[in-house]
Amino acid sequence: MTRLRIPPTAIFGIIVLALFIGFALIGPWIVPYDPETTVGRTWSGPSAEFWLGTDNIGRDILSRVISGARTTIGLALVTTLLSFAIGVSLGIFAAVAGPRVDAFLSRVIDMFLSVPVLIMALIVLTALGSSIPTLILTIALLDSTRVYLVARAVAVDVATRDFVDVARLRGESLPWIMAHEILPNALPPLISEFGLRFCFNFLYVASLSFLGLGVQPPQADWGGMVRENGQAISFGILAPIWPALAIAIVTVAVNLIVDWLLSRNVRPSGASAEL
Amino acid sequence: MGRYIAIRLALGLVTLISVTVLVFVATNLLPGDAATEILGRGATPETLARFREQLGLDDPLVLRYGKWLWDLLHGDLGQSLTTQTPIAETIWPRLVSTLRLAGLTALVSVPLAIGLGILSAAHEGTALDRVLAIGALAAISFPEFFTAYLLILVFSVKLGWFPNLSTIFPEMGFWESLHAMVLPIVALACLVTAHMMRMTRTSILSVMSQPYIEMAFLKGVPRGAVITRHALPNAAAPIIAVVAMNLAYLVVGIVVIEVVFVYPGLGQYMVDAVAKRDIPVVQACGLIFGIAFIGLNLVSDILAVLVNPRLRSPNRGR
Repeated sequence: MTRLRIPPTAIFGIIVLALFIGFALIGPWIVPYDPETTVGRTWSGPSAEFWLGTDNIGRDILSRVISGARTTIGLALVTTLLSFAIGVSLGIFAAVAGPRVDAFLSRVIDMFLSVPVLIMALIVLTALGSSIPTLILTIALLDSTRVYLVARAVAVDVATRDFVDVARLRGESLPWIMAHEILPNALPPLISEFGLRFCFNFLYVASLSFLGLGVQPPQADWGGMVRENGQAISFGILAPIWPALAIAIVTVAVNLIVDWLLSRNVRPSGASAEL
Repeated sequence: MGRYIAIRLALGLVTLISVTVLVFVATNLLPGDAATEILGRGATPETLARFREQLGLDDPLVLRYGKWLWDLLHGDLGQSLTTQTPIAETIWPRLVSTLRLAGLTALVSVPLAIGLGILSAAHEGTALDRVLAIGALAAISFPEFFTAYLLILVFSVKLGWFPNLSTIFPEMGFWESLHAMVLPIVALACLVTAHMMRMTRTSILSVMSQPYIEMAFLKGVPRGAVITRHALPNAAAPIIAVVAMNLAYLVVGIVVIEVVFVYPGLGQYMVDAVAKRDIPVVQACGLIFGIAFIGLNLVSDILAVLVNPRLRSPNRGR
């Protein structure tokens, strides 16, 4: 049995991610102040009382960063899970359902790939209006087209193996083959892909909130907090830096873990479809 | 080869048309319609009917799409719902501003990225390579607004070298407006450079595993010369394609950066329109960004074929 060796960068990533997931899970019980009530002056600097200072209407920034972890990380996680559910099932379906279905699905997906996710999300959110379910559904659908590429590439490889032919000859149904023969064998490369897609979705959610289209106030979410406190930067106040730093730290942590996973199993094609 | 390029261009045109369909359908997804949405629930049936007629909302979807596309081809982008002025008038100066920002960013980041990529590949595995890799990872992971606010904090607030907002007026001189654009250019360049540098490094290193490189080393050519004389000419093809592809990242990054610096470009115009739900403006901006994105990808594909003859051969047999 080979010993599992984890590089120090990945260990750092895992610890940081665990810390923020901890915030997301037990946030409401450890915040020093209520994140949605005014407790101090506007934009007071860091002090013993308010460790990271207060925001544009005097709420405690530390409490809002901690409680925002649940919203921002949770949204990105739900979006990525949904995106994978759609993208992976379509990708595997395209690989086993025959060349016609494959060609049709791939052309439709190509169409979506030709517009950047953020631009398309802006267009769709204009038409549908911004709410959390719309946000999740929009980004998940757009992102699933990128997942599809990778899932299909992996599944096409698996689908040519003998055991798939055997299953077909046994008379197993298409859904059964997808779930029992293809999916388990396609899973390892898809795990690092999941980390990568999570990073992208996390940044999309944060960017859309920053642009005013994500989570609506007064609920704390990191992108929205940067937006609310943006003007403070011209006075040299750090208020918008803290939530932005939280976003940056989580993305770096996940990227460090993904880099380690990638170096363990080489990822198949689809790397160029990151937008 | 001419045939391949013709096919690729034709495919690009098909993509372009499908994008117009996508943009149009996406903005017509609403279960109700734009008229109710814009005038609010309190609007009387008569005003609603008049407004619908004015926008042509009573026609079937296909007819409306046809009319929209026809107008587009004649340079008519429609009217803004909020200001009631032709979009084309407002959008041109903004497009020029955005192109200027994007162009200057490309001018800075392309040579920088290729230089750093070569440097990093030449010193593979050393401390310098590690530092560059960590720097690139950070630049990719940081959201655009984080990089932007850090730059503002250091260079505008603490050092006072550059203004924190990049509001450009027509009456500003060239150097004055350039001075105001330094921070957004640097913020955008960070993101794009990091991607391009990583891929340049990978391209060179994948060439480095070829037998002829080993041969060059064995005959005693120093490492620096192996990279510049033997590896670089052969890695040029993927690098050129990668450069064009990565400039497409600008399309996404520029929206957020323009909002942070209040730069009067297309991205900010689009975000403002999204907030006001000004559908025709969003359609027009989205379409322009889509065209830029498709165009850069097309250029990337064609350049890749032009500089690498091996990619042409599969088409010859057909």
